Amino acid sequence: MIDFSVSNRTVGGERHTVGRRVLGAHAWLTYIFLYAPIVVLVLFSFTKDSFGVRWTGFTFDWYVRLFNDTRMMRAAGNTLWVALVTTIVATVMGTLMAIAMERYRFRGRGGLDALLYLPIVIPEIVMALALLAFFSFSFGIIESITGVTLRMNIWTVIMSHVAFCISFVVVVVRASLKGFDMRLEEAAADLGADPRTIFWRVTLPLIMPGVIGGALLAFTLSLDDFIISFFTVGPGTNLLPVEVYGRVKRAVTPAINAISTLMLVLSMLLIFLSQFVQRRANR
Amino acid sequence: MITTSAVVLQQVTKRFQQVIAVDTLDLDIRDGEFFSLLGPSGCGKTTTLRMIAGFEFPTTGSIYLGGEHVERIPAHQRNVNTVFQSYALFPHMTVAENVAFGLEMKKVSKTDIKNRVGEALRMVQLGDYGHRRPKQLSGGQQQRVALARALVNRPKVLLLDEPLGALDLKLRKEMQIELKRLQQEVGITFIYVTHDQEEALTMSDRIAVMSSGKLLQVGSPTEIYERPNCRFVADFIGEANFVTGTMIDGASTHCAVDVGNGIILKGLHQEPIANGTAVTIAVRPEKLRLSVSPPDGSSYYPATVEQVVYIGSDTRLTVTLVGGITLDVWEQNSRSTLDRDAYWQRGEQGYVSWNPDNALVLVK
Repeated sequence: MIDFSVSNRTVGGERHTVGRRVLGAHAWLTYIFLYAPIVVLVLFSFTKDSFGVRWTGFTFDWYVRLFNDTRMMRAAGNTLWVALVTTIVATVMGTLMAIAMERYRFRGRGGLDALLYLPIVIPEIVMALALLAFFSFSFGIIESITGVTLRMNIWTVIMSHVAFCISFVVVVVRASLKGFDMRLEEAAADLGADPRTIFWRVTLPLIMPGVIGGALLAFTLSLDDFIISFFTVGPGTNLLPVEVYGRVKRAVTPAINAISTLMLVLSMLLIFLSQFVQRRANR
Repeated sequence: MITTSAVVLQQVTKRFQQVIAVDTLDLDIRDGEFFSLLGPSGCGKTTTLRMIAGFEFPTTGSIYLGGEHVERIPAHQRNVNTVFQSYALFPHMTVAENVAFGLEMKKVSKTDIKNRVGEALRMVQLGDYGHRRPKQLSGGQQQRVALARALVNRPKVLLLDEPLGALDLKLRKEMQIELKRLQQEVGITFIYVTHDQEEALTMSDRIAVMSSGKLLQVGSPTEIYERPNCRFVADFIGEANFVTGTMIDGASTHCAVDVGNGIILKGLHQEPIANGTAVTIAVRPEKLRLSVSPPDGSSYYPATVEQVVYIGSDTRLTVTLVGGITLDVWEQNSRSTLDRDAYWQRGEQGYVSWNPDNALVLVK
């Protein structure tokens, strides 16, 4: 009896080990496939070679040069500003929208629901062209009525970013509202809290992980966005992804690698932060 | 005795789309009493409670709290507090913050809040748990926190929505006695929703039995148990034998009902019933006697023992009368003996009898 079960386990165990090795190798290959280009990019931001394609020694030079490059720094500043304003506006609007969609039943709710997810699904280039067309069309109307000529600038970029970030915020916040126990709001009302107090003291603190998650997502998306920014920024303003693209057309230097590495680090920090917030909330 | 009313419901109806949850309900709940709303799930008892709390507004009818019209006043402006079935403690606050919430809303001073919260937590024997999170407490402890959070506000009326439903049997029994003690101590009117008839009988001063949105009977536990006014109440509260038949003598103190096969059963009726009316006789199993020889005085019926179940305190017998009427008879095992012959055996013959005062003749 005992012998039988032991031998049985050994056979199963061996098969298990083989399976494990294959799976493990597969996982490693996947990660290499995903991250090899990024490792190369990071590596070549430290090379002495000014074309950034050969390894000729380690240097911080490109980072130093980057910080002295006022044009690049201004573009980085603009991008951070756009991301910050976008995050605040999209998070507030998206959170309110999510609450409305989750709590209330009204006419056309189903249709609105579908429309809300459209910006996530449609190709970014379509959205970009639509925004461009919309801005030139409405600026034309405004000019014909008031005589004031409007141009695209940093605010048109912010409006465009808000337009596609809201959808993402709504998705994340709604997920956190799904598990929300409505009795908690009733309990607060029962204890004498008016609707406003209930929102600030009970509802918002409890969905905060979702709101923060949505905000971090919006920030990352705005930071990384190229296509929509490219089409809606107008001639006067510089944004980091657009600036990088402009320079790459001329030559890829380790300075480009350096700025890309910095953006990468920032994005990864944000993702780790959002993971951390979500995990702490689940505890 | 002059009593004032804590809560009055007049002709209250609540409709959800096409469904009538509560149907023209009249209730008068006295100050300081432990009042239970009892009924199966879906009978409208929770909706009634939610209308008193202010979470739902009645479709028609009036609700008075301490003499004031409140049926259109939202929950946060009513002087009642609720203990929820799921406790509904705020998970992001400590136990003490949970209990303090209601006082904070009333702008009570910080020192008063601290004192009253401590007092309330000690009252439910959780004096040392103030700094903990609700998640770190057991179900029974969370229940006590919910109770403290409601009672600390000294409401006129405390509403309890099946608060012991999630607890295990032993803890539930303890909490029943604890709740009753608390209610007598603080003197607040308790309105208690439950589907557990034993719980209602244990704790209540008065019970309202509901079914399908309608109020069937209001009365003390003994009135509800001993004098149910319809078959549903008799069936829902405790166990009962039901025998259907036709009234043949409704004029005497103890009326006579023909139940077929030449058997005439005697019973008590609360209102005059016309001869020829279809009626049901309800009689509790513990009121029946099974004896070896015909008993003196009362009427008796020959019966055969069909089933014997010994459960320690009682022996539960099922007997059949001539014509196939089956009755449950519960005999208390007051003697202490191991002798099997001292107990009834399957197939034995005997005589069933009961005091006609204990057999209720019901029309509904």
